Amino acid sequence: MIKLYDYILSGSCYKVRLMLNILNVEYEAVPVDFYPGLEHKKPDFLALNPLGQLPVLTDDELILRDAQSILLYLVSKYDAANTWFPEDAATRGQVAMWTAFGGDEIMAASAARLHDVLNYPFDIDQQRKSAHAAFLILDDHIAEQEIKGFDWLAGTSPTIADIACFPYVSLSEDGGISREEYPAIERWLRRVMDVPGFIDMPGVLQHWRS
Amino acid sequence: MKQIDSATLNQWYVIQSCTDLTQTRPRHTRLLGSDILAERLDDGGLSVWLLSATGEQMRQLPVRECYDYVWTTMGAPEGEVFSMPEFYEEGRRMVVCGIATVQTSPGRIIENFLDMSHFPFVHIDVLGAEPETEVNNYKVNLRKDVNELWATECGFYQPKAMASATEGIEVDYQYRVANPFAAILYKTCPGRDDAMDLVGILPQPLDETNCDIHYFMLVFDDVNSDQELIQFQQGILMQDRIILENQRPRELPLERGAEITIRADAASIQYRRWIKDMGIGFGTL
Ligand SMILES: [Fe+2]
Repeated sequence: MIKLYDYILSGSCYKVRLMLNILNVEYEAVPVDFYPGLEHKKPDFLALNPLGQLPVLTDDELILRDAQSILLYLVSKYDAANTWFPEDAATRGQVAMWTAFGGDEIMAASAARLHDVLNYPFDIDQQRKSAHAAFLILDDHIAEQEIKGFDWLAGTSPTIADIACFPYVSLSEDGGISREEYPAIERWLRRVMDVPGFIDMPGVLQHWRS
Repeated sequence: MKQIDSATLNQWYVIQSCTDLTQTRPRHTRLLGSDILAERLDDGGLSVWLLSATGEQMRQLPVRECYDYVWTTMGAPEGEVFSMPEFYEEGRRMVVCGIATVQTSPGRIIENFLDMSHFPFVHIDVLGAEPETEVNNYKVNLRKDVNELWATECGFYQPKAMASATEGIEVDYQYRVANPFAAILYKTCPGRDDAMDLVGILPQPLDETNCDIHYFMLVFDDVNSDQELIQFQQGILMQDRIILENQRPRELPLERGAEITIRADAASIQYRRWIKDMGIGFGTL
């Protein structure tokens, strides 16, 4: 049985919840008191992930950390049609590239959110600036894809790259990062929300409406 | 900055939970626009200092430890922290849910907390769901003896009223505004007809339009872990945070007609009148 060590407000945990739901995989969620309990920095959790970060996914003996790696594991195991991590070499390379973008550059938007919501001592101006730089790259890329007739970050159908990038982009306003300047991103977010099996997390749909 | 009214100064405010204020984790924060520093002393006691703009300790502020929270005040409150006898009831669990930082005034936070009509649209499929958007007629009264505002007989259909709920129920609500900037919700406790669960929000006004919201649950619950309860409540608060940060002006308008309320809400109107009569100017227009 798959267990997800989960925190409701974590966009990284949400990536995994989203993927599990889309693939219709049953799992047990183990809530971790990330805040205010800081349980992810305590010995029990550090035994699962010495980096002290969420999410962690276990599948019997297997222990995985890092949302992007977990996405890859889930689609490798449960996506029989291979659409979420396509086999074509060039597409696969691009999927991996944009998946990594979701775990690296986009995380500046997560840092800004942690600063604004939970008072993390980050340099907020710097994080917002980095997030805007990443969003600009993403917006340009999506616009180019659309010109070519493609709706997704890589390939011709939604992939783990879209799932890896979606949460912190859609939650950016929690961290004071407006998306007014990124119309292509807005169109892409809407398409991700229409993927069968899509689920919300607190904030995502609200931001969309307001 | 405008002069802070005495009604605002003379309230008790939560500035940290007792467990999170340790000798190694002092809290350097703000209250009503001033820098303050809360420290745990060697003997386990507490000190709270008002700091100057340059960080010098200016004067010590009164401090109380009550309901697992640290309270202080910038003025001279007439009484002690409001009473919450449920805290001492056998079998209840106090679950401190942390702090959420929100860019709005404390009045807006209390008003949103009192407003049930947003449930189906904001807390979708949790505290409310379309098409059951009807808010029953409820009663609002000002209890002059204790100077508290109460809203009672609030009934509402909720798909998932509490973390432990597995099916939708008709939920009974009561709201208690125990002081201008502290509110408690009493709601039907799933599986216990004789008791109500409490959810409290205690905004710490950093300045007129920025607050740290301290919030807690005080429940009978043998089913859910603290972690589950905390995550449930944090999810709800994040949804509220978005509405709150989108409201303009960030201050709460008290002048009649200053803001056209689309949904004339009895609790909201009474709350605004009540704090206006009290002389609250801080965070209002
Ligand atoms: Fe709400």
